Amino acid sequence: MHHSIEIEQLYYSYPDGHQALRGVSLHVEPCEKVALVGPNGAGKSTLILHLNGILNGRGQVRVAGLPVVKENLGKIRARVGMVFQNPDDQLFSPTVYDDVAFGPIYQGLPQEEVRQRVEKALAVVNMSDYLQRVSHHLSVGEKKRIAIATVLSMDPEILILDEPTAGLDPRARRSLMKLLENLDITMLVSSHDMLMVRELFPRMVIMDDGCIVADGPTQELMADEALLNAHGLEKP
Amino acid sequence: MHVHFLDPYRPGSSPIHQLDARVKLILTLAYILTAALTPIGAWPVYILLLAWAVTIEILSELGVGFVLRRAALALPFVLAALPVIFTAPGAALIHLPIGPWMLTITLPGVERFISIALKSWISVQMAIVLAATTSFPDLLTAMRAIKVPRLLVAIFGLMWRYLFVLVDEALRLMRARLSRSGESDRPDLKAGGALIWRAKVAGGMAGSLFLRAIERSDRIYMAMVARGYDGEVRAAPLPRLSRRDWLTLWLCLGLLLALLTSAALF
Repeated sequence: MHHSIEIEQLYYSYPDGHQALRGVSLHVEPCEKVALVGPNGAGKSTLILHLNGILNGRGQVRVAGLPVVKENLGKIRARVGMVFQNPDDQLFSPTVYDDVAFGPIYQGLPQEEVRQRVEKALAVVNMSDYLQRVSHHLSVGEKKRIAIATVLSMDPEILILDEPTAGLDPRARRSLMKLLENLDITMLVSSHDMLMVRELFPRMVIMDDGCIVADGPTQELMADEALLNAHGLEKP
Repeated sequence: MHVHFLDPYRPGSSPIHQLDARVKLILTLAYILTAALTPIGAWPVYILLLAWAVTIEILSELGVGFVLRRAALALPFVLAALPVIFTAPGAALIHLPIGPWMLTITLPGVERFISIALKSWISVQMAIVLAATTSFPDLLTAMRAIKVPRLLVAIFGLMWRYLFVLVDEALRLMRARLSRSGESDRPDLKAGGALIWRAKVAGGMAGSLFLRAIERSDRIYMAMVARGYDGEVRAAPLPRLSRRDWLTLWLCLGLLLALLTSAALF
């Protein structure tokens, strides 16, 4: 098992010609927790969408030991758990159970194992009582946890989250942070929540205008106020 | 990620683009009405109408190929007219035995089918030119000018505005599903799931999209009420038509009327 992310000189332009990534290189070691920060439109989400082959740019991307090419996409999507910013996009089934079971059922696991996976994933996010609830009626914080459970049920090697704390109230945010802290798994998290970044992530990568402009220990980068200001960030 | 491919409008500065949207809308409707009223088998008039359409397509600088490609999308609907081949009374052309039944293709039936197909094909071309050379807000203004009920125009406008939002949402849903559609490393397992289960998931996605559209409409309505909406749609007064626009309008209407009369007479 590799559990790592290796990106080499990645370029990507959207069909309308907008160049979103201009030569991004990034290595994430197994079980490392890395925060990806930068202003809106810096290319964070675009970069993340390359990690399971939703977008395909020019350059080399290896995830969990496999090159991201068409033949590997199925395997990669099973190994990379991607949690999108808006949990509503992720929860499309009638009940919480159906949503969390989607990944395992798609992989063809036997019914009993699917059930165990779902229960385990919901237990990790502290939502075991919600098994038969309707996703539609949950609060944003609850939806966010269920969205994380929907990928944990696939037993991913890498967890990728896009703005996990956006739109959460302080209590929901705090409990989500606790959840992320306790997950022992490779993690790449894009966020504007600098306080969370400082608390949870030892390493920080700053992106701006399609490039990585800084990559280092969070403590060091956070101390450099000039750097943060230059890229539209604020010292927490 | 946004969708633009739904928008048929192609910006440009051709004479057709510059023509007032009201004139374009009225003439397009008149053209389609003329094509619809032209009797079956009036081939010379069809050719003249087609020549008209092609002229407009060239003038609009969209390119004839572009319009024809788009028009091909409407071809399947022509199939709705297929039964007339068998049902129109007249001289029999071919007998097709199907089991105990006998289908008879008649000559007037074929003539009628080809006429209907041609008429709908050239009508669609004109509608495509209208949509491609007129921006949607202009089209809405034009509808208002020709006294389409205001509420209906407002509904068209809102539909247009939120159609893209909805399609974006559907794309994001599908992307999230794709991200979780993985293959296990265990060789004994086959990925994909049962067909019925996949259908159920797709149904769930459609359902949640529907629920969200309803919720969004509630929020939009509240935002409208918050800004003073009282159920009455108001709009700014329309600008006056220039002399050139009037001239084009009457000239073309006259031509269409002449075409129609000649088709009816001969």
